[in-house]
Amino acid sequence: MSTFLDRVFGRVGFGGVMALVAPALAVVFAALVTSVVLLIAGHPPVEAFTSLVEYGSQPRVLVLILNLATTYFLSAVAVAVGFRMNLFNIGVDGQYRLAALIAASVGGAALVPGPLNIVLVVLVAMLVGALWASIAAVLKVTRGVSEVISTIMLNAIATGLTGWLLTADRLGVLSGNAIGTPPIPEDAHMPGMALIPGTPMKVNGFLIVAIIVGIGYAVLLNRTRFGFNLRATGRSEPAAVASGVNVKRMVVAAMVISGASAGLIGMPELLGSSFEYSLNFPTGLGFTGIAIALLGRNNAVGMAVGALLWGFLDSSSDALQLMEISKELVDIMKGVIVLSVIIAYELVHRYRIVAAQRKVSRELAAPAETEGAAA
Amino acid sequence: MGEAAITTAIATEPAVELKGITKRFPGVVANRDIRLSVAKGHIHAIVGENGAGKSTLMKILYGMQRPDEGEIRIDGAAVSFHTPGDAIAAGIGMVHQHFMLADNFTVLENVILGSEPRKGGLAVDFAAARRKIKEISDAYGLGVEPDALVEDLGVGDRQRVEILKVLYRGARILILDEPTAVLVPHEVDELFDNLRVLVREGLTILFISHKLDEVLKVADAITVIRRGTTVASVEPREVTARKLAELMVGSELPSPETRESTVTDVVTLEVSGLTMAASGHGPVQKGATADQLKAEGVRLLLDDISFTIHKGEVLGVAGVEGNGQAELVEAIMGMRPITAGTISLGGADITGWSTLKRREGGIGFIPEDRHRHGLLLEAPLWENRVLGHQTREPNVKGIWIDRAGARKDTQRIVEEYDVRTPGIDVDAAALSGGNQQKLIVGREMSGEPVLLIASHPTRGVDVGAQAAIWDHLRNARAAGLAVLLISADLDELIGLSDSLKVILRGRIVGDVDPGSVTPEQLGSAMTGAGEGA
Repeated sequence: MSTFLDRVFGRVGFGGVMALVAPALAVVFAALVTSVVLLIAGHPPVEAFTSLVEYGSQPRVLVLILNLATTYFLSAVAVAVGFRMNLFNIGVDGQYRLAALIAASVGGAALVPGPLNIVLVVLVAMLVGALWASIAAVLKVTRGVSEVISTIMLNAIATGLTGWLLTADRLGVLSGNAIGTPPIPEDAHMPGMALIPGTPMKVNGFLIVAIIVGIGYAVLLNRTRFGFNLRATGRSEPAAVASGVNVKRMVVAAMVISGASAGLIGMPELLGSSFEYSLNFPTGLGFTGIAIALLGRNNAVGMAVGALLWGFLDSSSDALQLMEISKELVDIMKGVIVLSVIIAYELVHRYRIVAAQRKVSRELAAPAETEGAAA
Repeated sequence: MGEAAITTAIATEPAVELKGITKRFPGVVANRDIRLSVAKGHIHAIVGENGAGKSTLMKILYGMQRPDEGEIRIDGAAVSFHTPGDAIAAGIGMVHQHFMLADNFTVLENVILGSEPRKGGLAVDFAAARRKIKEISDAYGLGVEPDALVEDLGVGDRQRVEILKVLYRGARILILDEPTAVLVPHEVDELFDNLRVLVREGLTILFISHKLDEVLKVADAITVIRRGTTVASVEPREVTARKLAELMVGSELPSPETRESTVTDVVTLEVSGLTMAASGHGPVQKGATADQLKAEGVRLLLDDISFTIHKGEVLGVAGVEGNGQAELVEAIMGMRPITAGTISLGGADITGWSTLKRREGGIGFIPEDRHRHGLLLEAPLWENRVLGHQTREPNVKGIWIDRAGARKDTQRIVEEYDVRTPGIDVDAAALSGGNQQKLIVGREMSGEPVLLIASHPTRGVDVGAQAAIWDHLRNARAAGLAVLLISADLDELIGLSDSLKVILRGRIVGDVDPGSVTPEQLGSAMTGAGEGA
């Protein structure tokens, strides 16, 4: 039978309306808890939420939300690929940072002109992410090292390595006090899209890439032989082995795909807004991805919703400061959402069992009545 | 306690009485109008096929599930259990089929876990617990050593710890769920001795089993369950195992006899010099012969095994479990590396092939443990149809899973192999053991296999499913399938096999003619005591 963890990581599916009810319940519950926190702190919760929503629905902020969600979604996909086969790639964080740094310096060198440079940067990032992740995979299949331990350690090593690489005599260039990679030339910037009317700000072009990645992820997992093998391995490794799946090869393949997806995480920022890897490059996105993958139960649509929600909470937290409420309230809310989503999924899971029992007993009851008369 | 006292107890108040228990449940079997009366101080056996509803009934009695209708009376008083805690409070204890013990704890710690005696509010009173455990152990002759580490105990001892655990919590009525499933014969005898002491001391035991000879040996009364309802209550003195089995199935019993031989002289599988070293001896020289390895003091799991199976032949391998059968199967499936020897299938050397390639080459595999190796329990039936055939028609088209094709073929298996299921979208876990096994057999017979490795193909399945599986094996054999049959069921081995080999400590120690051997002779050959016929 399924374990609690199987359900948390979405290896046991439940379809239909329930997949939506659980997270919706969780968000409502999180709002209630946050309201209590607000009341204790002496702020009116209704006004706080109203201003969050009002702020978050301005065209300018909508663009911010979409851009953040793009990054978050890519991160969640990278994590989810591993989760689906019981691989805990905690190292997405290190993978994307190292990938972004090396891709940034390749892009800054302008080896190829124009849009080709975009393609080159993205490919380099995916390659570096995949290679960094494959270290953990190789350690696991050859020496049996838990990928949880090795990827956490590789994160620390990646931090050290990027710090060492980003110095003036290596990949870095000093400009004033700041240090960063050479800027990527303007012809290799990812064009934005003016999707939201009423603001001059543009939506990052990587939104399209994220959508393609999401569709690719869903198709790969649910429709292909490879995806079947990956899910089978996640559900039961011994059964997968007996069915002819080469589990070691699957571990390497899943880690490589996860790492390559991780390589994409830094791309919206690098090619869409900063155009260099500097000390200001965002960190910790890999861990956000873990939260969103949990939230969306590794389901592409679920993760997209989760990423948008996270983007909304992050972008509109500024509104709270206008009301003199600490913007960290949003962090409380995020924490409560993740926790309550896990609880809600469990409740829904149990409800479904009871509902199924009722359904079957109705079906069984009909013929039993005629027999029951005799008994 | 004398015979007369027990008789009075029957007349006055049964220890357990169930009236009209009905439980509707997802899956196929529900409990319907169960009637049961268990006399105090009796070992009362409940027998029935797998999936007949025995386990559901016991869960109801132990408060793990609530009946939709009916009444439970304990010692004459009506009770209603909401949790196992209520049942424990009413003096009911359950010993599960799979032990629930923490290996790295001592017996004492395991026994008191969850109901620790307190000293001064906080500290655990180990001395009191040890005293109480000693008392119980001595009173019932369990011979349990409180300070032994559970991981050092054998299976029989662990079971006694489980029994002690429920007695420690004050149980007067014990439910034993398939207690002999994990025991070897002499441990079974020890268990029965323990049980007799327990009832002599006034406890009541509900004994769930489908091993009829054991039931006849130990029970004071027997209730038969079929298709979710109680069909008969009999005295063990009055029935034979065969009669009991017919009550369970509700019809004449099938037998595994095969008819005329279909063996051809075309070799399908040839295994020669197959040797597998136990791990833990450091690097072993690949390709070293069994004799060289033994000279180096390496323990061998498989020791120079050679045999051939022809087209249309069933080769049975008899042996006490743990003598290399599992390793042999995994070696032929390519799931475990071998140290020396060759395996060839239809003339092609497959020694270096992957499991996938072997499966594609026409090897079907019915694994010993269907939950572990045969199914994705939380996946729908049609996905389970794909498992093991994920490179072949009709499940895939190129790199894509062909959902329509797989679903259609799953429907075919469900119909042809009589898999009782509400549909092909239910999870495999929802089916009873026999139906799960029929699905596996159907799947492994798909795609025209040339060799079938059947490891305990009818273990834990009901008699009806067993007969169906035997029929399928016989038909496939007549159609030219070669079968390697591993089984602990000696009747099945003798009945189905065209030739029989006995395996002992990883070595083939004898050939037996299934036409003339009796189960007793085969049994003694398996332990190395008798001579190969």
